[in-house]
Amino acid sequence: MTGLLSVKDLRVGFGQDPRANEVVKGVSFDLAAGETLAIVGESGSGKSVSALSINRLVDFGGGRITHGAIHLTRSDGTVLDVAKADEKTLLGIRGRDVGMIFQEPMTSLNPVHTVGAQIEEAFRLSKGLTGAQAHKATLDVLGRVRIPDAQSRLGYYPHQLSGGMRQRIMIAMALAASPRLLIADEPTTALDVTVQAQIMALLAELREETGMAMIFITHDIGLVAGIADRIMVMQNGVAVEQGEADAVLDSPQHDYTKHLLRAVPHFTAGKAVRNDGRRAEPHEPIVKVDDLVVRFPVGKAWFKPKGAIHAVDGVSFDLVPGETLAIVGESGCGKSTTARALLGLNSKTRGEIVTGSGHSVRPVQMVFQDPFASLNPRLTVEALLAEPAIANGQRRDDTLRARMAFLLDRVGLPQDALTRYPHQFSGGQRQRLCIARALMLNPDVVVLDEAVSALDVSVQAKVLELLVDLQQEFGLAYLFISHDMAVVERIAHRIAVMFAGQIVEMGEARAVLSDPQHAYTKRLIAAVPAIVRRKQRFAVDMTQVPSLVRPPGFEPPPAQWREAGQDHRVRIEDTP
Amino acid sequence: MSYVVQRLLTFPLILLGVSILVFVAIRLVPGDAITAMLGTEAGLLTPVQREALAAYFGIDQPIWAQYLRWLTGLFQGDLGISSIYGKPVLSVILERFPLTLQLSLMSMVIALSIGVPLGVLAASRNERPSDLVVRVLAMLGQSTPNFVVGILIIYVLSVFFGFVPAMGTFTPLFADPLASIAQLIFPAITLGFAFAASVTRISRSAMLDVLSDDYVRTARSKGATPMSVIWHHALPNALIPVVTLSGVEFGYLLGGAVIVEQIFALPGLGRLVLDAITQRDYALVQGTVLFIAFNFLVVNLLVDLAYVALDPRIRIGRR
Amino acid sequence: MGKMLSSLFRHPSGRIGLVIIGFYLLAAILGTLGLTPHDPLKLFAIDRLKAPSGTYWFGTDLLGRDAFSRLMVGIRQSMLIAFASVAIATIAGTIIGLLSAWWGGLWDGIFMRVMDVLLAFPAILLALLIIAIVGPGTMTSVAAIAIVYTPIFARVVRGPALSLKQRDFVDAARTFGSSQGYVLTRHLLLNLVAPLAVQVTLALAWALLTEAGLSFLGLGTQPPTPSLGLMLAESRNLMTHAPWLMIFPAVTIMLGILGFNLTGDALRDILDPRTQRREA
Repeated sequence: MTGLLSVKDLRVGFGQDPRANEVVKGVSFDLAAGETLAIVGESGSGKSVSALSINRLVDFGGGRITHGAIHLTRSDGTVLDVAKADEKTLLGIRGRDVGMIFQEPMTSLNPVHTVGAQIEEAFRLSKGLTGAQAHKATLDVLGRVRIPDAQSRLGYYPHQLSGGMRQRIMIAMALAASPRLLIADEPTTALDVTVQAQIMALLAELREETGMAMIFITHDIGLVAGIADRIMVMQNGVAVEQGEADAVLDSPQHDYTKHLLRAVPHFTAGKAVRNDGRRAEPHEPIVKVDDLVVRFPVGKAWFKPKGAIHAVDGVSFDLVPGETLAIVGESGCGKSTTARALLGLNSKTRGEIVTGSGHSVRPVQMVFQDPFASLNPRLTVEALLAEPAIANGQRRDDTLRARMAFLLDRVGLPQDALTRYPHQFSGGQRQRLCIARALMLNPDVVVLDEAVSALDVSVQAKVLELLVDLQQEFGLAYLFISHDMAVVERIAHRIAVMFAGQIVEMGEARAVLSDPQHAYTKRLIAAVPAIVRRKQRFAVDMTQVPSLVRPPGFEPPPAQWREAGQDHRVRIEDTP
Repeated sequence: MSYVVQRLLTFPLILLGVSILVFVAIRLVPGDAITAMLGTEAGLLTPVQREALAAYFGIDQPIWAQYLRWLTGLFQGDLGISSIYGKPVLSVILERFPLTLQLSLMSMVIALSIGVPLGVLAASRNERPSDLVVRVLAMLGQSTPNFVVGILIIYVLSVFFGFVPAMGTFTPLFADPLASIAQLIFPAITLGFAFAASVTRISRSAMLDVLSDDYVRTARSKGATPMSVIWHHALPNALIPVVTLSGVEFGYLLGGAVIVEQIFALPGLGRLVLDAITQRDYALVQGTVLFIAFNFLVVNLLVDLAYVALDPRIRIGRR
Repeated sequence: MGKMLSSLFRHPSGRIGLVIIGFYLLAAILGTLGLTPHDPLKLFAIDRLKAPSGTYWFGTDLLGRDAFSRLMVGIRQSMLIAFASVAIATIAGTIIGLLSAWWGGLWDGIFMRVMDVLLAFPAILLALLIIAIVGPGTMTSVAAIAIVYTPIFARVVRGPALSLKQRDFVDAARTFGSSQGYVLTRHLLLNLVAPLAVQVTLALAWALLTEAGLSFLGLGTQPPTPSLGLMLAESRNLMTHAPWLMIFPAVTIMLGILGFNLTGDALRDILDPRTQRREA
């Protein structure tokens, strides 16, 4: 195989003195034509900056290559040192030899140009095509990225398309030049799990078709198991380990790689679930939700609403003390809306929510997804923790302070945290603060709305551990909302799968994960990337999410369930 | 689409509010209404004449009836009689409107044609000397009141060039375009000076914001040339905030015309308001204020509609 | 507050702005206390229209009054009017904008329409209208500028308040059952300090400008109290003979506005979340 890219001792820094502020501290790797290299690391590892250096896009973000060489073999056979190339030469590489796709498809497409125009521009820049030729080429490439109804999509603006579609447009734009190297910077991080699987499958196929090399950046080491030939693990700006994919995954040498592999929740299809469930003993449910319906009116045409979004359409479940019920689904399925309705943050259109007599004024508390946004940046930790108590009539006395100290200790934070501000803590620490705050009022139920989704993998594992400990110690019931099956496997006793506002399958975790019955559950589980199944190919499946908007007065047909086990029910699917 | 509809519906509502405000404001002037309307001559009236006039003008009616009567008059184009000129207010306004309009438009053209390119240039040369120079100049420009600029211009022209800009008369555009523009060029520069500085700063910061957006990075990764990045990719997005903010500033142009017309002794609408106030011609004050406010609202509405045209996210909803 | 001032001082334009404002405040205080080189109202008939010299630092005017002393009092007038009017506008505008955003619905519609009506007038025009009713003077200037600027503050507060309302920490407060007062003050208001601070400084710059304009037209502070705009207006006829009478007031006005503009700009830079993110 011919060598395509050779990076030697790359150093990249930022700011006034780049040499003093290095983010990449001496990275070397080689890439052969047609090969796929995965660069894996957590935030701050320097993986993105390394990738952005290959086409020198770092320069526009204030970065400078302070040392090292990047030898790229171009299509005409010449070798170019990108690190020292001038801007004119670089213009010849970008979008031609080297293509790139980015993480956030929403912001990475120009909002005022149609997608058709943006793709045609890519063809014009790389191959000099104009007019009818460019138009035809655009239609072709849209077909290759499997966008249905391509002709009409050409005139769409980016905001009119879904996240998965936008990412396909980005891929189409990058493909326009038939690049020899495609750099993919966390292309699926912002997408739903099933959409992620679709995009991964697409990339794998395109790679086969075009023979292009790929550098795939990600924080999810499980994701690349199916697509990478070689893996490079980065930490703090250095490559701590690299080698053949199988070798790195099966026999990691460096401690950090081992740590990453351990921390990433491995999905084992039900084998690793908890077995301290309490449902067997007769307990009064602490929360009972019956036929919850939440609808948002939409589109007023002369004072009569044109319809409603059926966000939650008849959801029922209950929770027993000490038990975790996980609600799993993708964006738009209604899981967050259900959680918010439970707390009174959304008004319910219909349905009953009954909380059993517990020992607290406010028996249900919540931990939110974004640790940055759920703590008022202008209040000290002490004020933040005291707020729930004060709102319920307690005074700022020693009992209160004792409780704060106790909870801080339980979640693993130092006592001097009280005088500090949220921005002085890391994401994981902030989430611990949120947990402590949620426990201030001694609740019976804690709703965790994607509470670990925004955290780095190794931090995630620790916070999950903490949650399990707290549950066992205080007998809390958890409603755990998530889209990540592997995380859910670690913490759930029971699982409810939601799709389009309805629960489609519910039951004991082991049963649901090892023997999924509903078509959607199966698709969801099949899409979860797992190292164990790395030899499997991703099948390309184009199903879209249905729209939740219904005309006013529409009532869905009553749910019909069938039993598939002792604690395992499946909704009978409507015939399409 | 609903955005446009919303704006078009609130427009008459606000106009109504404006008319009420002006109506009430005039009624708040100390002294009775007859004096307000007739000025000093009211002192010569006998009580019988006063009563007759009161009935004629409907002053003895409750206030909301007076308002409605005034409003219906408005729709018919009757804004009352000016006590200074002895003519219908509307005709006095219409005589002087073209000058103020031309002045404002000229200022706007000057400000935009200097401000936008300068701002874009500064943004593309961010942190380099030319950027710093532009920023300093723009900051100084924005801190200089228009009357200071006007006086300085007159000073410089008279002392160094021995030249006094023609004042007092005005040649309409259609009669003699060149002379017309020449007459107003210095007032237009005065008026547009601060506006130009403001446009420069707004353009620069809008461009800087846009240049750090993700889609610019995507364009660069496609190999787009730097020129194309700035003019084709960035500017259409940067224009959106520039248009909206500039539209708001245009209102200050209309107001600033008051002072500039005073300095250059131009017979425009702004000076009319001033004279009307100092000479207590309340019908005229009412009429001109209403008229100017109306124009201002129309300009704002046009700016909002332009915003719709520029931003497809507003124009077309989601799928 | 202290943190804001120290970061302002470190910022290049902030430093210049603060120094200028400092000098002006000093001049205003000295002017109020009567600690001026000469009595600003006294007519030195012998020394009329004298150029700047050792005795009269900025020269004298047509009536023989010391320009420098008059400038100091003029600065006092401008600062007084500016601070008073902006204080009123800030309080009124913040309350309206905050409640409008928090209550939403009909109240929001009503409040904002009323604000729109006020904003339908070009600023100077509204000020003129108010002066037409009440008559010119210092108090009128304060009232006029305050009324003109209140809707602007309402708008400036309402936008961020609306998005703050959606933030998770406000939701969290609702789940605890925190009182509305607590949420409005500790959660919303505290986080609005940043955009408010920037707007206040820029409002002060604009207030200075408008006050100078109004007094230039003779509609502001009435003689014999000196005011910067009026001094400039009076200098017009004597421009060729006594240019110092025009230059010093002009520069004083410009410098004052510049000081507040620079400070406002610096504040905006410091408090801009983008700069914070870049540093992170």
